Amino acid sequence: MAMVQDTHGGHGHGHGDEPLHHQFEDIHQQNETYVIGMWTFLVTEVMFFGALFLAYSLYRWKYQPDFYIAHKELSVFFGGLNTVVLLISSFFMAKAVYHAQRKEKRKQLNMLWLVQACAVAFLFIKVVFEWMPKWQHHLTPLNFIWDKPEGNAEHAQLFFSLYFGMTGLHGIHILAGIIVIGALQYLVWKDAPSVKGDYIPTEMIGLYWHFVDIVWIFLFPLYYLLPR
Amino acid sequence: MSSIPVAPQINTDPPQPTRNYLNTEHTIKSWLLTGDHKRIAVLYLISISIFFFLGSLAAGFIRLELTSPRGVLLESETYNKMFSAHGIIMIFFFLIPAIPAVLGNFLIPIMIGARDLAFPRLNLLSWYLYLIGGVLFLIALMMGGVDAGWTFYTPLSSIYSTGQITIALVGLFITGFSSIATGINFIATIHKMRAPGMTWDRLPLFVWAHYATSIVIILGTPVVAITLLLVVFERVFKIGVFSPELGGDPVLFQHMFWFYSHPAVYIMILPGMGVISELFAAFSQKRVFGYHFVAFSSLAIAALGFIVWGHHMFVSSQSMYQGIVFSFLSFLVAIPSAVKVFNWAATLYKGHIKLKAPMFFALSFIGLFLIGGLTGLYFAAVATDVHLTGTYFVVAHFHYVMVGGAITAFLGGIHYWWPKMFGKMYPESWAKLSALLVFVGFNVTFLPQFVLGFLGMPRRYHYYYFQGGDMQFYNILSTAGSTVLAIGFLLPAFYLTWSLKYGKDAGPNPWGAVGLEWQKVGSPPTTYNFEEMPVVTWEAYDYQAVREGTLELNSTAHHHESYIGQPEKEEKV
Repeated sequence: MAMVQDTHGGHGHGHGDEPLHHQFEDIHQQNETYVIGMWTFLVTEVMFFGALFLAYSLYRWKYQPDFYIAHKELSVFFGGLNTVVLLISSFFMAKAVYHAQRKEKRKQLNMLWLVQACAVAFLFIKVVFEWMPKWQHHLTPLNFIWDKPEGNAEHAQLFFSLYFGMTGLHGIHILAGIIVIGALQYLVWKDAPSVKGDYIPTEMIGLYWHFVDIVWIFLFPLYYLLPR
Repeated sequence: MSSIPVAPQINTDPPQPTRNYLNTEHTIKSWLLTGDHKRIAVLYLISISIFFFLGSLAAGFIRLELTSPRGVLLESETYNKMFSAHGIIMIFFFLIPAIPAVLGNFLIPIMIGARDLAFPRLNLLSWYLYLIGGVLFLIALMMGGVDAGWTFYTPLSSIYSTGQITIALVGLFITGFSSIATGINFIATIHKMRAPGMTWDRLPLFVWAHYATSIVIILGTPVVAITLLLVVFERVFKIGVFSPELGGDPVLFQHMFWFYSHPAVYIMILPGMGVISELFAAFSQKRVFGYHFVAFSSLAIAALGFIVWGHHMFVSSQSMYQGIVFSFLSFLVAIPSAVKVFNWAATLYKGHIKLKAPMFFALSFIGLFLIGGLTGLYFAAVATDVHLTGTYFVVAHFHYVMVGGAITAFLGGIHYWWPKMFGKMYPESWAKLSALLVFVGFNVTFLPQFVLGFLGMPRRYHYYYFQGGDMQFYNILSTAGSTVLAIGFLLPAFYLTWSLKYGKDAGPNPWGAVGLEWQKVGSPPTTYNFEEMPVVTWEAYDYQAVREGTLELNSTAHHHESYIGQPEKEEKV
């Protein structure tokens, strides 16, 4: 709010790197608009994942026994480890927003680096310890072979189709998060005016990151912790 | 921008046109990288017009083919690709973006008193996404086309179809994000960027309608996006969510598809209703009767729209009890729709009606939408639906709503705001002729299709020789009407383009209408719309105050001094 500049006087309307864009009256209005835009975007994300959760619920309800047998192929240890990793990353993200509010650049950057480390660790565990072994065991949709004595092969394939569809989409969101957080780090590091006097960009990316986290919080029990 | 030096009283030069959003810069780059909502609206106008032309071409082939009961013009597969292309282009690349992305983009910031939409770069991104999606779909067409219909029912689309479904669906997926971006932008803008005094109660009904539309867009579009993506995955990666061979359920696709695609009907018609409210107020010189009812009926339609999708599936494996509930809920949609129509009719009562060309379109909207809406009730009732579903009765019904409703409203809106967008008047009599041709041509095209459908002609068939001569008569009548309709649609392309160069200057408020876009900005508006931020102290459509002399119809005169003889700038001293 120290950075408020009146750009409406007639000259220099709207350059991308000024904290206040030309279409807004003041930084307060801009921030409120950004936040409402971000929440609206998150609503679309909920609907986006929601369709997949609907499909999952339907088939789990229809094929509960087969889903139970299929889910035993998943590693609760690595799934649980990833849950912990993501939860910790959300803690660091909350700290990053806190330091952004207090304009502590160094600390904010450090926290964002920790978030990045968690995000990369998550993807690493996901790909190396979960997805790749599934490929070797012929459990991915493209090379699916079900040689277990029990369980319906088609329903098991459906389980893994949904598993790869939903964790894959979630993984893409993690990847997008890494890119967006990287961009934010670059802007903070360069002292770009859009993030220097205003914590809202950090807050918005934080909201996105927490959303991605929450999706995993639902995915983990739904796939890894099925009751008999 | 506004730092142009104002020269003192030297009246020797001819009047210079004032600066506006069109003539500030002329480079291609200044258009392709613009953040200005008005320029983006113009970009959208050009692109949707191209797609409308392509979609109409496909419609022409369909109508021509159906003049013969034995399909002499096109192979069966080509015919399938033709109606699929028609449906997909018209719905995803024309109707859904038409009014929001052109008129909404241009007008919402001006109507609420803002300099631009909340996120100009997101707005530009939305146009590029639309373009990428559109080009991908055209590539799919050139590589052999799509034969699964615009509904992409599984397992035809996911397993059996040999068309270019994958590319087409990726294109539609991307286009979906273009409309999500527009929806997010409108919601943030309408919530937070209103000028001082522009309360929710004073919003023009056009803005209310777009607010309701945006809610439908952000809740529905992501669902269809992921659904279409799952079909792509099913084709490419054998993920079998909808495939019976893999334990999936094809009807789940229909549920998820219609969860978006029924509300999508309201994405197409609600903005049109917003346009019609503006037209009735302006050309009756009267406040819209029952302003709050019309505003909230938009929200009611948006809300009800999400709980009626099952009426597309009465003949699927959906249970009878579901059918009964969906039937009841579908009937409810008639209530807010009727609220609107009755209120528009009541607006005319004791109004000072001016029968200008936009009003021609508005009045024909009422008639056509009425037929379209009421025939919808035939499909809300389970029993008649079973008889009529999948016949030409359905085709006629939704064309009455989509063409007779949405496109008529779009044309009315374009004619109404054309002077504002480009500062020029079009030839009034040609516009009236076009409105008349559209009305007559449309009815001759689609009224016979109700009869055809009732006689049992199925949609998407091009052989009907086993049905005797009756059907051919109605089909030929329909084709004849469609040529008249085509002329009605083509005319505006000519005289509106003509008016850009030869039209008379419109002046800021040619219709004597109330609204920030007419009262407070010039025609065309400047890049940031308002020289000084307006403070709104009057109600929407306050024509009473205009007659009493307490509300000025136009206070932009000082921005247009150049038109009345005083040069604004002096260069040749």
